[in-house]
Amino acid sequence: MAETTTETTKNAPLLAADGTPLRRKLEQALFVSRMRALGLVAPLLAFILAVFIIPIVYFMIQGMHNPVYADRMPNSTPILQAWDGQSPVTEEMAEAMVKDLILTRDNREIGRVATRVNQEFSGARSMFTSSARKAERMEPPFLEALVDADKDWGKQEVWRAIKVAATSWTPAYYLAALDFQYAGDGSITRQDAERRIHVALFVRTMEISLIVTISCFVLGYPVAWLLAELPVRKANLLMILVLLPFWTSILVRTTAWIAMLQGQGVMNDLMVFTGLNQVILQISMLFNDYKDLTVSSLCGIDVNAALGSIPAAVEKFGASPPGTLTRCGAEILAAFEQGGESGARSHAEALAASAQRWGYGDERFSMIYNKLGTIIAMTHILLPFMILPLYSVMKTVPPSYLRAAKSMGATNWTAFWRVYFPQTIPGIGAGALLVFILAIGYYITPALVGGQDGQMISNFIDFHMRRSLNWSLAAALGGVLLIIVLFFYWLYDRIVGIDNMKLG
Amino acid sequence: MKLKNVLIGAVSAIALAGAAQAAGQITVVSWGGAYSKSQVEAYHKPFIAKTGVQIISEDYNGGLAEVKAQVEAGNVTWDIVDVELSDAVRGCDEGLLEPIDKSILTAAPDGTPAEDDFIEGTLTECAVATIVWSTIYAYDKSKLPSGPTTMADFFDLAKFPGKRGLRKTPKANLEFALIADGVPASEVYDVLSTDEGVDRAFAKLDQIKSEVVWWEAGAQPPQLLADGEVVMTTAYNGRVFNAVAAENKPFEIVWDGQVWDLDLWVIPKGAPNKDLALDFLAFSTETEQLAAQASWISYGPARKSSAPLVGSYATKPDLDMGPQMPTAPENFKNALQNDFEFWADNQDELNERFNAWLAQ
Repeated sequence: MAETTTETTKNAPLLAADGTPLRRKLEQALFVSRMRALGLVAPLLAFILAVFIIPIVYFMIQGMHNPVYADRMPNSTPILQAWDGQSPVTEEMAEAMVKDLILTRDNREIGRVATRVNQEFSGARSMFTSSARKAERMEPPFLEALVDADKDWGKQEVWRAIKVAATSWTPAYYLAALDFQYAGDGSITRQDAERRIHVALFVRTMEISLIVTISCFVLGYPVAWLLAELPVRKANLLMILVLLPFWTSILVRTTAWIAMLQGQGVMNDLMVFTGLNQVILQISMLFNDYKDLTVSSLCGIDVNAALGSIPAAVEKFGASPPGTLTRCGAEILAAFEQGGESGARSHAEALAASAQRWGYGDERFSMIYNKLGTIIAMTHILLPFMILPLYSVMKTVPPSYLRAAKSMGATNWTAFWRVYFPQTIPGIGAGALLVFILAIGYYITPALVGGQDGQMISNFIDFHMRRSLNWSLAAALGGVLLIIVLFFYWLYDRIVGIDNMKLG
Repeated sequence: MKLKNVLIGAVSAIALAGAAQAAGQITVVSWGGAYSKSQVEAYHKPFIAKTGVQIISEDYNGGLAEVKAQVEAGNVTWDIVDVELSDAVRGCDEGLLEPIDKSILTAAPDGTPAEDDFIEGTLTECAVATIVWSTIYAYDKSKLPSGPTTMADFFDLAKFPGKRGLRKTPKANLEFALIADGVPASEVYDVLSTDEGVDRAFAKLDQIKSEVVWWEAGAQPPQLLADGEVVMTTAYNGRVFNAVAAENKPFEIVWDGQVWDLDLWVIPKGAPNKDLALDFLAFSTETEQLAAQASWISYGPARKSSAPLVGSYATKPDLDMGPQMPTAPENFKNALQNDFEFWADNQDELNERFNAWLAQ
């Protein structure tokens, strides 16, 4: 006993009352409390794992793994996988194919296989289903029999496409999500120019998200500042105004924007009523170098003036004016191009008649069903996500700092820029990241008001989920989107630092 | 006294609910709006009255995605679904739908067996057609008094300036473009099978692309017309008819170059109440029910024996439905049947091209 005591006093670990080392005792105590904490979050953790992590992983795998063909066509799959994609199609391949066609027709799986191959080669669906109907009666040589049934079987590219489908683990979908084509011989080529779409869409998605984030910042910063600075009673009222739309359904708010912005909507009516549309047109014409041509002359309200202005316009721009003139002006010029003077006159008269009847000559602006509409509606919907983090950070900036800066001779601007603004950066970071990441995956608003140039990548993921039923491509597009979001998160962490983010 | 009434009411309500429970229920899925209403009036109400089975009516926007998701997840909640022909064929090929034994269909009142009574091509392995519908284009007569008459007019911005509404899909639009470009209806799919033909169709669509408002749900085009957002729009003929007949809109249909198609009942594989769904299917495709539906919406019945029974519009006895049908001789002159085989084969590729074209 005495021995141990002396040891302890020399350099051995401290002991607790029951003789175990204090360090281990502490570890035990911490372990228990950690387990207790884990027990508290376990339901949430399990929930997130089950409904979030696992589905995401599963889906990302589905973007690389499509066993539809390999599972159902056991004879031809190994032979096709071994084939190099270059050498001529052999009788052995054809025989295995005929066996598989008979098999899948009997167990009614042929449609699924055909649909899978059709994704790689258009027309393969009917080639498979019709050949499968005849497969039972085919006799050797099978290659000739197949070609007799459908001449496409004679094409090597068709077999290459089947080879791609037969490979379960394939980069084809991720490559397609980036506008590349993966052929059966392992070559990777860029998609034809007229079919390239995804990269442009990712870029557009970034662009819209960025514009929305900047607009939210520009609009939200002053509001957040007001919220933080106003006396409590007024600030509360303002806060309700910020939160009220926040609590309203996205669908309702988006639809409200349609009523506001459409051609015969509130904003356009107001602009026509006040004449603001003419002012905007005049200004845009100034910028577009159309200052010689007045709106009324080109809108066909005055037929003779419209026709009189044509020679000047043609001389200046040729018959097809650059950019967008007024719509009616462009139309009259187009009619002039097609039908000469008489064509332009009859068109101008038609326009003038319709202008008299229902005010068609009042030029209205397309503010919805395009990119502009998407940006306006998304900015409105995402604004609270910018204002709230900004407000919570601004609330913590002591007003005495600004007073101190001013008392030491700083101008209002210097005091704001050098003292106030830097302290709000964590709020800007949080708000911007929140808005940007929400915007990048936005779906319902662009779907409703996006028209053709306001669609985002999520709308195409939806398209492949619901319409084309190409879930693997949808998964690959989603996977690319996830990687992009993670990249921006990493970039943010490098530049601003994730620890500097404050949500409240 | 009062309490007694309440008690009696409650007890009988419970008893009724119990009875309904015993008779069972089915979920019927269709396209919503005026079309679903016509089915509720012509099929659901008489079926409920006859059998006591409860019907849950759900709406969807077409396509096989929900059916595929339900079947593959093994959690089918829909019993019977109204689909387009190309989806009926594709779903059957992919094993998503139950094959339907045609012997359950009732014969025509004159004894003609069902297989002969249905118009040719309206019975497929997994589906039974109810109606012939058509994609047409329509305009507002009050705004264009000397309105367009041909498909070419739809693409003529110089003659008829203003926005156009088109469904956001290549289906029917490519056919329209070729017809407008002078291809006879009978040769449209031959031309469309070649790369040059597809290029030609897209080139024609290019002419109006800048003026197009794209719609997706069938209820949208009449709304776009009514709001003055577009001067003319493609639409399902029944929706336009409904806007004219029920809401007195001054819309006019141009039948030239119409693309007609079928709507069919299908039963998802593993439907929870398959037997009741089959009962409902057989009941709703009887001669009388199909004819009754035609008095609610201007879609042609799929049975020959229904045609003579088609009368006037349900709430307007002086509005004869016959001339409103896509199949009426004067409307059917330059008509084209949607080629499901062509679309089943090429929709992936053409959708891809169409989407890229839209995004450009």
